[in-house]
Amino acid sequence: MNYVIETNQVSKIYDGVVPVKAVDEVDLNIENGEFTAIVGPSGSGKTTLLNMVGGLDRPTSGSIKVNGQELAGMSENDMIDFRLKHIGFVFQSYNLIPVLTAKENTEFIMLMQNIDRATRNERVEKLLTEVGLEDKMNSRPSQLSGGQQQRVAVARALASKPDFVLADEPTANLDSKSTENLLDIMARLNKEEGVTFVFSTHDQRVIDRARRVVTLVDGKISSDERR
Amino acid sequence: MRLYLKLAWRNLWRNKRRTLITMASVFFAVIMATLMMSMKEGSYTNMTNSMVASYTGFIQVHARGYWDSKSLDDSFVLTDSMKQVLDANDKITGYVERIESFALSATRETTKGAMVVGTDPEAEMRMTQLHERIDTGSYFEADDKAVLIGSGLAEYHKVTVGDTIVLLGQGYHGSSAAGKYPIKGIVKFGSPDLSKQLIMLPINEAKRLYGTEGTISNLVLLIDDPEAATAISAGLANDLGESLEVMAWPELVPDLVDMIEADRVEGYIFMFILYMVISFGIFGTVLMMMAERQHEFGVLVAVGMKRSKLALVVFLEVISISLLGALAGIAGAYPVIGYFFLNPIRFGGEEAGKMMEEYGMEPILQPSLDLNIFAKQALIVAAVASIIAIYPFISVLRLSAIKAMRS
Repeated sequence: MNYVIETNQVSKIYDGVVPVKAVDEVDLNIENGEFTAIVGPSGSGKTTLLNMVGGLDRPTSGSIKVNGQELAGMSENDMIDFRLKHIGFVFQSYNLIPVLTAKENTEFIMLMQNIDRATRNERVEKLLTEVGLEDKMNSRPSQLSGGQQQRVAVARALASKPDFVLADEPTANLDSKSTENLLDIMARLNKEEGVTFVFSTHDQRVIDRARRVVTLVDGKISSDERR
Repeated sequence: MRLYLKLAWRNLWRNKRRTLITMASVFFAVIMATLMMSMKEGSYTNMTNSMVASYTGFIQVHARGYWDSKSLDDSFVLTDSMKQVLDANDKITGYVERIESFALSATRETTKGAMVVGTDPEAEMRMTQLHERIDTGSYFEADDKAVLIGSGLAEYHKVTVGDTIVLLGQGYHGSSAAGKYPIKGIVKFGSPDLSKQLIMLPINEAKRLYGTEGTISNLVLLIDDPEAATAISAGLANDLGESLEVMAWPELVPDLVDMIEADRVEGYIFMFILYMVISFGIFGTVLMMMAERQHEFGVLVAVGMKRSKLALVVFLEVISISLLGALAGIAGAYPVIGYFFLNPIRFGGEEAGKMMEEYGMEPILQPSLDLNIFAKQALIVAAVASIIAIYPFISVLRLSAIKAMRS
């Protein structure tokens, strides 16, 4: 079986007066096209696991493969390059570049990848239309609502056609309507375009929509439910 | 690159007030520094023109060794071939032949050492406007057997126009030089030192007095561009050959050059202090900007922006904010300096004006409009900004996305 993400006995220990084991020997395989929610109480290790899978943090032990490629040996700069080409990120607090418009924010990743202007324009238009923001292309983040900003963030995450999208608590700052709207968009992208989404969340609305729910407790997988 | 410039430019205006305050600090520093330096450079030009152009000349040619020995034995003949070299050089607009030596000047009651200069009255008039410095009496002519005497020396000897002065000295190759001359005019030289010791007489009479026949001690050259004096003299030294020494004005009046340099250093020290103060202001802004945007930097690196490119954006921001302030400062200073260039400040106080006039300088303060002064300020600010930008540059290069995002 070819997995998009494979973790093998991954652990993360934070040093301190009392070392904290945030992730404890996690084995998790994600297949292409999955719509997976990693859930658990605060401090259960969801974000730490997502950060390690996204190459933002390194495990203390164990290995992580993305599309068969081992992340452990990569230098920091190679890792940045790898993230640019293979992984899309959606953050809890949107994290758009405040001085760029919705169009420019979406285009940003493609500019980093040196994609030509015509392709960029076509893809940005398509993505922003898909997330329902075709009339907000020239608005800056400060002119958009939280839900609209998060939809731009989804468009940005998909701009580089990543292998998968990691979404860390993407609905935490959204109201119900915006949450439903965002989930509809992501579910449609998953279903129609086969985009793989992995969420960390404790939002029941996200959990209800996920087709696989992995529960972490004290850094360990306590259940893995496929629906 | 366009993206990074766009990002840097827009980031600058995220906190307009802070950017404008930082730019204003650079703006005022550049205005102050530019005004100060242009006033100083203007006064140096005034000083140089007054002291060098009024007597020494911007370039002199002597027989090799004369400048050290100041002896007429080290004089030379201005040959036709030398004249051809001088005439062929289009940067040289004319020349004055001189014989310079020392003699004892005496009247019935007093004696004093004097510097005696034999010169061509016509050429001297063209080059140094000596005739304009006649205080009493009249200017001399080529055939006169009379002298012009410095006002200080005339005062010492208690002589005036029409009185006679005796010159006793050593002539060419040990011959004795003695002559008795009526005083035709009293000259007030710019430099009080010159006024106290200078006696001038027509060159033909000086040749007779010192028995130099065809030789001269100094050839003073006229040029259009004083700034090019050193370069012209170097070229001329090659053309005229080993037996002659060609000296530009910085070698001829080293004291003046030293004085200007010392004063210039004082200006640089003031500028250094000024820019140091401003640097800390800019650095403070940079530190605040870095602290505020740590999370954003983390996100940018997380989504795939190379740290070197992010560092470039931050570098561009620091440089832009500083250079914009500098350019605004230059734009603000230029019309002010231009105004005072066209309408120089005239020293109103009688004493100050008199003192400057005594030194042969016009009693005015006219700034220099030399574009180098303005360009220097831009370069200094760019250099200061580049040094300041090293900190954010390195700190972004070392940035950890995850730590920055947690901040």
